[in-house]
Amino acid sequence: MTDVTASPIAGSSPEDRPMITISHLSKSFGETQVLKDINLTVHKSEVVCLIGPSGSGKSTLLRCLNFLESYEAGEVRMEGRLVGYTEGFPRRKMKNRELRALRREVGMVFQHFNLWPHMTAMENVREALVQVKGLPLEEATAKAEAMLTRVGLADRMHAHPSRLSGGQQQRVAIARVVAMEPHVILFDEPTSALDPELVGEVLQVMKDLAADGMTMVVVTHEMGFAANVADRVAFLDGGHIVEDGPPRQVFHESSEPRVRQFLQTYHERNSF
Amino acid sequence: MNWDVVTRNLPYLLEGTVMTIAVSLAGILVGQVLGAFICVGRISGGRVGETLGAVYVSFFRGVPLLIQLLLIYYMLPLVGIDVPPLVAAVGALGLASSAYVSEIYRGSLLAIPHGHGEAALALGFSEGSIWRRILLPQAFRLSVPALVNELILLLKASSLISVVGVAELTRVSQSVASSTYRPLEAYMAAGAIYLIINGALALLGVLVERRLARS
Ligand SMILES: Nc1ncnc2c1ncn2[C@@H]1O[C@H](COP(=O)(O)OP(=O)(O)OP(=O)(O)O)[C@@H](O)[C@H]1O
Ligand SMILES: [Mg+2]
Repeated sequence: MTDVTASPIAGSSPEDRPMITISHLSKSFGETQVLKDINLTVHKSEVVCLIGPSGSGKSTLLRCLNFLESYEAGEVRMEGRLVGYTEGFPRRKMKNRELRALRREVGMVFQHFNLWPHMTAMENVREALVQVKGLPLEEATAKAEAMLTRVGLADRMHAHPSRLSGGQQQRVAIARVVAMEPHVILFDEPTSALDPELVGEVLQVMKDLAADGMTMVVVTHEMGFAANVADRVAFLDGGHIVEDGPPRQVFHESSEPRVRQFLQTYHERNSF
Repeated sequence: MNWDVVTRNLPYLLEGTVMTIAVSLAGILVGQVLGAFICVGRISGGRVGETLGAVYVSFFRGVPLLIQLLLIYYMLPLVGIDVPPLVAAVGALGLASSAYVSEIYRGSLLAIPHGHGEAALALGFSEGSIWRRILLPQAFRLSVPALVNELILLLKASSLISVVGVAELTRVSQSVASSTYRPLEAYMAAGAIYLIINGALALLGVLVERRLARS
């Protein structure tokens, strides 16, 4: 069902070059192989949701995209650039400096927010602008404030994370990433640690980002979000992508028994 | 009891007190900087860093401070380095406390969730700025109570540097004792002063901790 070939740079102009190309990606932790020959392409401004049972390799796949996890076989390319390794064979780890340059363009939002507790919301957003982008403090502050305003936290800017609700913390984390003006944002279950009543505010921020044309890869259990916002849904099971297509196709027309089984369990759990 | 002895010699005792505080503060300062490096080296210096750090820590924790002090004072001149007593004193206190401080930092670092550094990595931070901006400031905050405790221990241990002739509180009280033939009064005064300083330190520690907890 994958519509992908291994061609690293499809098309010649940067405009139609895919944002992310994953080809024949495999990854093991010691003896256990957790990703098996993954192929997936994400185009500019596309929102792709990754769904699948626990332990299927969703987080690992996402973490390979910014090389928080290394991979042994296959390729991940961001806008044509090989992630984590130098071109050529035998391949060698990319220089740290290059990896950092690449990571600046790939944002990541985590399940547990990972805000820095010794800084206020504003300082959390400002920090990377100063440390990584090298913006002058004033400019970085103004930008951080604008970002927090954009996610609806203008009045909570000077609060420390411990004084914010989970939903507010996750919005700060998103602002922190968006402020860096990444080309892609990776989300790993951004609402899974939230109380149900706080999920909506975070999903709304994500919807706004998608509407602004942000390229997003989202691991989620929010099937509503996947159905309404995603351009494509990929279903992972046991380290394989077993289904990949538009939400309607994956949710309603899949003949893959594992997908049907998963969705059925999901529906049963979510109906009274 | 003849408290007159104490009041008459109070200026000397206070001078000694100032020296004790200064040497201890200098010692803990050296200890903190060295301790931070040792701790970072142990955690991110690969197997070599880990081994060297572990050897360092067990040496300075395992050998009594008095012996370390005498070693520095008598051994370095043998290799042609002349150490003034004060330098030997601050050096010995600094080296000894660095071993403890590095362990304090290490404990605090292990308490920081892995995700904090990971979020910074994902944003493109360098290893150095992650340490400088994310990990060490947090480790320091978590360490405050243990560091205050270490400073109190160090302040008490600093009485040992009297043996190399630094005129700190213990040394001064010894000379007051011998020149006035009133050892009990002299040592009671010294003891009281140590008690007051350490009480103040403990109080300060509580205040700082509260302050950090609020932010
Ligand atoms: N650092 C690691 N070391 C060893 N094994 C790991 C590591 N990280 C993940 N795994 C294993 O890899 C497999 C895939 O894990 P992963 O976290 O990618 O799954 P997931 O789909 O994100 O699951 P969940 O929905 O529970 O988050 C699991 O079997 C897990 O135990
Ligand atoms: Mg996961």
